[in-house]
Amino acid sequence: MKQIPALIRVFSYLSLLTVGGGMAAFPELKFLTVDVHRWLTFPQLIHLYGVGQMAPGPNMMMVVSIGQWVAGLPGAIVVLIAFFLPTALLTFIIGRLWTRLGKWRWRRSIQRGLAPVSIGLLLACCLTMAKGAVTGWVTAGIAVITFVILLRSRINPALLILGGAGVGLLVLRA
Amino acid sequence: MHHRGTNKIPAPSPARPELVKGAVSLSPEISILQIFTTFLLIGATSFGGGVVAYLRSSLVDKHEWLDDKTFVELLAMSQSLPGLNATNMAILVGDRLRGIAGAIAAILGICLPGAVLMYVAALLYRVHGDRPLATAGLKGVAAAAVGLILATTLQLGRKSFFHAADLVFVVLTVIG
Repeated sequence: MKQIPALIRVFSYLSLLTVGGGMAAFPELKFLTVDVHRWLTFPQLIHLYGVGQMAPGPNMMMVVSIGQWVAGLPGAIVVLIAFFLPTALLTFIIGRLWTRLGKWRWRRSIQRGLAPVSIGLLLACCLTMAKGAVTGWVTAGIAVITFVILLRSRINPALLILGGAGVGLLVLRA
Repeated sequence: MHHRGTNKIPAPSPARPELVKGAVSLSPEISILQIFTTFLLIGATSFGGGVVAYLRSSLVDKHEWLDDKTFVELLAMSQSLPGLNATNMAILVGDRLRGIAGAIAAILGICLPGAVLMYVAALLYRVHGDRPLATAGLKGVAAAAVGLILATTLQLGRKSFFHAADLVFVVLTVIG
């Protein structure tokens, strides 16, 4: 319970970093939850993130898991609100302004400017994840094969994540 | 491109100012409950991260609450604001259909299934996460997730038109 204010602070801050997708906030999520607050270990974070990729709905629902770990049901609810309310309010307000302007004039320039930033953020996320998740030949192979299959087909990514779990179960048992 | 006619509506504004142009159906027949259940269904079935495709097929094709042009416009806006595409779309569409209450119903609906699932996952992981079998499976899951993120990044990069200057920002963002 003592951690509730910290949860609110961390996740409302992370909320505003989700530019171009939830994954953009991942490096900072790792830094704050693992290194600063020590709510969970890096491998645990990566596992939860991986599981979260299989869950339906908005990406990044795994933040709920962190809230649950830190402070049970209240923690989960607080994190959910802290992570989604700030951007929801912003979107709501700008959505209303936009309709008054008829056509949002900044849109194109913002998008042009944001595209390289969000690609960079995604790469940074990927790098952070890879450092923890790719620990040997097998995991490297799973990552590369998933990557190649996704580029070459329109298969549902959740199935590939499940496939990764299957390969892990068969090969990675210590 | 302008909404001909609608711009010239005289001073006495319509009774429901929150029902903004762009929504195909301005009818109050779309109930808050309907909005909630529709987004709940999307939130429960959109496996694999492609929420946008699920949103489109439900909102444009199935329910015809939006036309394609409006959907694309709202999506472009969702993508250029902070926040996840799925939740931003829920807010924008919900607001257009039924104002604030619609927006709240939509975002709650789309978030609830995944949130409940990840809540249960957290409980299970806490109890069973240390078992060798679970750890082995989760290692595979995490590795596959790395491949998934890399693929997403590349697909996004392909879509955006690149100037050399953009690459500088990419590099700076990664390093930063």
